[in-house]
Amino acid sequence: MRDTPLSNCEREFIKKAISEKRRIDGRQAFDYRHMKISFGLERGCCQVEIGETRVMSQVSCQVGEPKQARPADGTLFINVELSPMACPSFEPGRLSDFGVEINRLLERCLKESRCIDTESLCIVTGEKVWEIRVDVHVLNHDGNLVDACSIAAIAALAHFRRPDVTVSGEEITIHPASERDLVPLSVHHMPICVSFAFFEQGKFLLVDPVDLEEKVMEGRMVIAMNKHREICTLQVTGQMLLLKDQVLRCSNIAVVKVAEITELIHKALENDRQERFKGGKFGFAESVSLDKVTANQKIAEPVDMTTLDAQRAASYLEGSESSDMDSSIVSSEEDENSVVILDKGVGGIGLGGVSRWNVDEEMEELAGEQQTTQTGQKVKQTHMVADHGSSSEEETTEVLGNQATNQKQKDKEASVRKKEKK
Amino acid sequence: MADHVGKLLLPGDKLENLSVSEKTSKAVLGPGLRKDEEDIFVTKPGILRHKEPNIYWIDSHQKRYVAVKGDSVIGVVTNKAGDIFRVDIGGSEIASLSYLSFEGATKRNRPDVKVGDLVYGKLLVANKDMEPELVCIDSAGRSAGMGVIGRDGGFLHTCSLNLIRKMLSPDCPLLKQLGRSMKYEITVGVNGRIWVQARSVIQTITVINAIDAAEFMSNEQIISMCKKLGEVFVEKE
Repeated sequence: MRDTPLSNCEREFIKKAISEKRRIDGRQAFDYRHMKISFGLERGCCQVEIGETRVMSQVSCQVGEPKQARPADGTLFINVELSPMACPSFEPGRLSDFGVEINRLLERCLKESRCIDTESLCIVTGEKVWEIRVDVHVLNHDGNLVDACSIAAIAALAHFRRPDVTVSGEEITIHPASERDLVPLSVHHMPICVSFAFFEQGKFLLVDPVDLEEKVMEGRMVIAMNKHREICTLQVTGQMLLLKDQVLRCSNIAVVKVAEITELIHKALENDRQERFKGGKFGFAESVSLDKVTANQKIAEPVDMTTLDAQRAASYLEGSESSDMDSSIVSSEEDENSVVILDKGVGGIGLGGVSRWNVDEEMEELAGEQQTTQTGQKVKQTHMVADHGSSSEEETTEVLGNQATNQKQKDKEASVRKKEKK
Repeated sequence: MADHVGKLLLPGDKLENLSVSEKTSKAVLGPGLRKDEEDIFVTKPGILRHKEPNIYWIDSHQKRYVAVKGDSVIGVVTNKAGDIFRVDIGGSEIASLSYLSFEGATKRNRPDVKVGDLVYGKLLVANKDMEPELVCIDSAGRSAGMGVIGRDGGFLHTCSLNLIRKMLSPDCPLLKQLGRSMKYEITVGVNGRIWVQARSVIQTITVINAIDAAEFMSNEQIISMCKKLGEVFVEKE
């Protein structure tokens, strides 16, 4: 089936907005959308939501024969499914070029970075090994599928437990969960993809593009990295030329993003573990808040989004005489971007608001003597100016943003307390 | 079944004792209701609504547009084929739009429409067996606000059909209140598409976000939200 066509006016508007350093959903250029990671009842089942994009992955295992070339290694198989439910343009059955691209990218990211210790999956050399299979299903497509798929896959692998095996002579025993505790896979590190969309020949870049931005973008770069700052995969697609500076800049952004996401995954895993240990409730059904009919809608933010927008609009109007780049470069000093625990087995990184981390500064530090380009210097100057000029606005913005998040947290806390009382 | 009016019903529920008009002893069934032989069934989950004397329908949450004759919609021109344009209106089928159905268009004087343009028009033909047909003139041959829109900017936003109906209902204060805080131009198509143009990019984004946020708000909440926005914009201008 066909996709919704993109009209000229949308294309022009998005380009114009990006050249003014704005995005259609009110985010900053380097912000992720609201992210939620939840785990299912079964081991190795993980669902990731980035804004409206939603991906689910399930890990399974079975005993099979190893490959001839590697008789002592278990196998890892990755399968990505794009169902027409996610986006009408995805065809059922056959995997499209886009699907193959994601599949290959994930394979490269997970297999070739050796994040899973395949040697420990060997049962009898040359005869029997564990075959691990990761099925990634895209449930809804609203841009940035690569990131969502990679997070879902690695989180599911980290969540998965396989049955224990004992070998005595010729006899192989696979112990069911009732007999012996299941064993986790040994995950050496967590490679996470961060994708960047480029506009105007790589002049502007956006993190976590939505579907509309992906349709307009000229090129995309995906960096897979782990929290030890090791690049696992790097892929550039599209028709554009990239400057060396841009690649460096992207990798610096990726470092920060990957650290945040890894922390989020760990928190979500830890929450799930505690909940299972306590014998409390866990799984997808439990992570859905039941207090309203519209629980599944994205309307959690809109109110504070508008106020944020208004605030940003205000700063825009004020600063319009001096420069048009102010508010997007203003970065708050306090780090409120810590991971928030929303519910059992669920964590979240906030959305919107002022830019909460100092990419530009960091980049400049790193670039150091290399003498950044003119724009870089300009950015630095305006940064200083903006910091002075709009400190009050910043505060108010934060207050408003905090109110909303605080409210949410309070609600959650209250519900948790209720449960404890019970 | 008068007691079910205003209550949530699910697909498969049976309706009985509908109030009928005295003259014809008939009831009118709207969206979400369907007559199957002698019984009347609910086909969409939602709230049963009733209008005196005999009209019934279901208010449900929906994003997919189903073409209805007489609806004003916003479409995207996807193709030019001979003397018709193919226009995507968000429904299951692509609508056709004749080049003669623009104001002042003749065989010689063709309207200036390009692929990717937005058109605001009315559905002349819409039924389940035929391709929908769009026109950009009224019965008197005048444009009446229809035609190509968004040539000089603005942004097209897609939202749920409920929100559109809510915005267009006469007692919704949203658009008027927003207009007090900033100037903007808006075209609303009942196929879930809104075209907005304000003075600047940021104002356009603000309007769109405000509209999106209003979906589940009461009138009082909408007014207070718009006031908040108004304070910010009026102060700074």
